[in-house]
Amino acid sequence: MKNKNLYNYILTIADNSLILAQRLGELCGHGPNLETDIALTNISLDLLGQTRSYYQYAAKISGEGKTEDDIAFLRIEREYKNCLLVEQPNTHFGYVIGRQFLFDVYHLMLMEKLQNSPDETLAAIAKKGIKEVSYHKRFSSDWVKRLGDGTEESNTKMQEAIDDLWRCTDELFFMTDAENAMVKEGIGIDVSSFKGKYYKEVSEVLKEATLTIPENKYFTKGGKEGIHTEHMGYILADLQYMQRTYPNMTW
Amino acid sequence: MTLTEKPNIQQDLVPVLKTVSDPEIPVLSVLDLGVIREAIEENGIVHIKLTPTYSGCPAMDVIGDDLKAAFSEIGKKVEVELILSPAWSTDWISEEGLQKMEEYGIARPLSETADKDVLLGEKKLVKCPQCGSTNTHLVSQFGSTACKALFKCDDCQEPFDYFKCLK
Repeated sequence: MKNKNLYNYILTIADNSLILAQRLGELCGHGPNLETDIALTNISLDLLGQTRSYYQYAAKISGEGKTEDDIAFLRIEREYKNCLLVEQPNTHFGYVIGRQFLFDVYHLMLMEKLQNSPDETLAAIAKKGIKEVSYHKRFSSDWVKRLGDGTEESNTKMQEAIDDLWRCTDELFFMTDAENAMVKEGIGIDVSSFKGKYYKEVSEVLKEATLTIPENKYFTKGGKEGIHTEHMGYILADLQYMQRTYPNMTW
Repeated sequence: MTLTEKPNIQQDLVPVLKTVSDPEIPVLSVLDLGVIREAIEENGIVHIKLTPTYSGCPAMDVIGDDLKAAFSEIGKKVEVELILSPAWSTDWISEEGLQKMEEYGIARPLSETADKDVLLGEKKLVKCPQCGSTNTHLVSQFGSTACKALFKCDDCQEPFDYFKCLK
């Protein structure tokens, strides 16, 4: 493949959206009430739409006759480049909201930079995505505040979720080889450049939500390089089941 | 609408395009909705550039198929290309489209700042499409489709969809 770095770079961004969309999709019909159920699946749909645009682009530049479906369904676990945060399970509603919030703040900052990339396709996907992602962030940060500054139980659960998920945040700013190569070419975004801004914004919302900012300095990473947590295999088993069992099936 | 945002649509294709509607808001044609960015006939093939309202809008695949079906009835082949830039905006919905939407029971998008105020629940500005009252409140930021939010009228008590402003 000629554009191996660009291909991998696109997947680094797109796989986050795919796996989070899959996680949120699991909640369809299982949300705590009708409005949040619809909201979470709407967010899932936006993310899946963005994923499709990225994968179509990746398939095109791969030059190997691949389709977006091949990229979504026919890779092995080690070939998925999503961060560990998005693959964490739907433990409880506070956990889902915490995961969403910690990702949305990062996602919007990345899209805001990517919209100015000289790569026209990436810039167009980002520009379109910004409008959607800012809406996601409004939803998730509202809920962090509502649960954090809610009852004793909602506060406890929200705090637990943030404490637990915090270890996955540092990886968002880890630069992979593909990212470094794309930054060098002027196309990619140096994610480490907005790390400080990210923690500042996250902390402000947590403070407003009367939550304690975790002091945990132990962070996990590996997802962006294909080394995932035990949850990933189960996600892929669900995601890939139909294509693996009935190759090339359509409906 | 700036010049670059103006769609390039061949006039004799308009009657057929008018027959293709948004599957989720069937009173709106694809032209009313502003999702057709280009429609040109070249060497017997109609080339259409379509832009999604939201990235994941599932109506896009259906609209693509409907366009092919509509033109095949008059013996024309269609090639549909999905484009993302410039990104669709609610400003592209025609005035006629906005009126049809209201008659259908969906409140029209407000200006960008007013939209923010109502979605944060700070002001009551959305007009109930049933009784016309602005004594309405937000029930959920996400409605039946990605482009809408759910509201309720506090006068006539009817729930309704509000088409979110997107710019």
